[in-house]
Amino acid sequence: MNLFLQQLINGLNVGSIYALIAIGYTMVYGIIKLINFAHGEIMMFGAYFAFIAITSLQMPVWVVLILTMAIMAVVGVVIEFVAYRPLRNAPRLSALITAIGVSLFLQNLALIIFKPQPKVMPKIFPEMMIHIGGIDISSTTVITIVLSLIFMVLLDLFIRKTKQGRAMRAVSEDKDAAILMGINVNRTISLTFALGSALGALGGILFSVAYIQVYPTMGVMPGLKAFIAAVLGGIGIVPGAMLGGFIIGMVETMTKAYLSTTWADAIVFGILIIVLLFKPTGILGKNTREKV
Amino acid sequence: MNKNIRRSYIINALAIIALYIVFIVLIQTKIMNNYMVGIAISTCIMIIMALSLNIVAGFLGEMALGHAGFMAIGAYSSAYFTISLIDAGVVLPNLILLILAMIVGGVVAGLFGIIIGAPTLRLRGDYLGIVTIGFSEIIRIFFVNFQPTGGAAGLKGITRLLNFNNIFWITIVIAILIFTLGRSKHGRAIISIREDEIASESAGIPTVRYKVLAFSIAAFFAGIGGALYAHYQAFLEPSKFSFMFSIEMFVIVVLGGLGSLTGSIISAIILTVLPEMLRGFAEYRLLIYSLVLIVMMIFRPQGMLGRSEFSLTKLIDSLILRKNTKNPVDGGEI
Repeated sequence: MNLFLQQLINGLNVGSIYALIAIGYTMVYGIIKLINFAHGEIMMFGAYFAFIAITSLQMPVWVVLILTMAIMAVVGVVIEFVAYRPLRNAPRLSALITAIGVSLFLQNLALIIFKPQPKVMPKIFPEMMIHIGGIDISSTTVITIVLSLIFMVLLDLFIRKTKQGRAMRAVSEDKDAAILMGINVNRTISLTFALGSALGALGGILFSVAYIQVYPTMGVMPGLKAFIAAVLGGIGIVPGAMLGGFIIGMVETMTKAYLSTTWADAIVFGILIIVLLFKPTGILGKNTREKV
Repeated sequence: MNKNIRRSYIINALAIIALYIVFIVLIQTKIMNNYMVGIAISTCIMIIMALSLNIVAGFLGEMALGHAGFMAIGAYSSAYFTISLIDAGVVLPNLILLILAMIVGGVVAGLFGIIIGAPTLRLRGDYLGIVTIGFSEIIRIFFVNFQPTGGAAGLKGITRLLNFNNIFWITIVIAILIFTLGRSKHGRAIISIREDEIASESAGIPTVRYKVLAFSIAAFFAGIGGALYAHYQAFLEPSKFSFMFSIEMFVIVVLGGLGSLTGSIISAIILTVLPEMLRGFAEYRLLIYSLVLIVMMIFRPQGMLGRSEFSLTKLIDSLILRKNTKNPVDGGEI
């Protein structure tokens, strides 16, 4: 029972990181219908930036977090402006290939700048063990989960309560109608990329702290899994991405603990396939009939 | 068969034979060394993969991002087949063994295409894309864990059956088969689904059946590509068939132009030869590759040839005979 509770906490830990990254995918998809493959690389650069800020520049943790998120938000906006904006009206597959190109570009840039050898991420949060009912939880785990939850709630409030958030929802609902209502679509899309990238960067930092490593290809697998999480929850729906992230994290942790470590990824994919076969638009997605 | 079609057949056949002779002369006179022949063989395999992916991505218009999975199935099943055949003491000429291996790889992959395609093809667009990624990753993880084919360490001891002679003609035959598929009744039915699924369904085309058909034919040829790869490399390892490899093939197809088979061929050649030529730049190689990809897509989002085909006949017409052709690169044969 204790082992199970322990794994439950671990699942929440991994799941909250996936959820953070998945939000970036789902927001971008919701607004411009593009799978932003470069999102995993945003996460990787975020982790590297935090690594440098902590080891070389000796900044305090909170400054590092906020600064990294701000910088990666800018990077996200720049990527959108340079690579995706010229393709706004092109076929969707071309935009997808561009996203793959950006992803490869950033990955190889990181390989050249930081070299392929993994670096050890220092423990950036105050370290101590918390005992609750016979299980040990490290403070890093607690901070990861709490931090993720805080930012998810903030994002949810932002999207639901503010004027900009309403603009984002309007653009994702119907871009042309949003333009007619006087919404600055370009600025709204930039804002979406900024928010998504900031959360992705936070996810990257938390991921590198949890796995104590930073390396240039670290964004690929978590990126793919976070994307799966977004699809699982219903892509384009922010609460769906959060739900999907927690499900994927939990499934992965539980299979690793009780079934097999080598098959864990296959089981994650299997669950995605089964869910999509029964609910083709994801758990929270609405099934729309196609009309002639 | 009218006169024009016969003429274009003759021109294309002559062009293919001329190309073959050029290659053979280059190889015989050692202008092309073994390394370059190796690149030519890999290019041929990539052409087969790109053409087969174009059936799903171009003709059918679905986002299939799991082509490496079918290639893996074809590669492993055919390799396992030839290894056990040789272990059993059966002695066959190389060519027959290669053809048998191709049939085994193609049929097994094609069957998996039906098994995977039938339930998943009711999904649309990006959802289909992610499910195909999922299946191909499951296939890869299966081979990592499956001990009879070597597991993560890889499958060794496959007989090398491929040389430039046979791969050249195999590629030509497959290219012709896929070209004729695109022009056949079934091919046109598949293309009509891409253009408008609802309209083609109301015109009496069984869309679900044709979707599964396109998917399994693509898987069949991908399996053949895998069989060729296995009997060229003589060594298989699951990590080769990763998600990135599927993406690589998809990039080739989109860059050549979705639905354009000649586009796929040209872009497969460029994208296999270019990285080799950039080897001198070592670590900047993939950086340049990705930049080319981004710039290309921004300035020519429909790919190199769009949906049209490159036609040798029309090129000759417009160059030498200066005939007044209305549309120099549209339709026509290879």
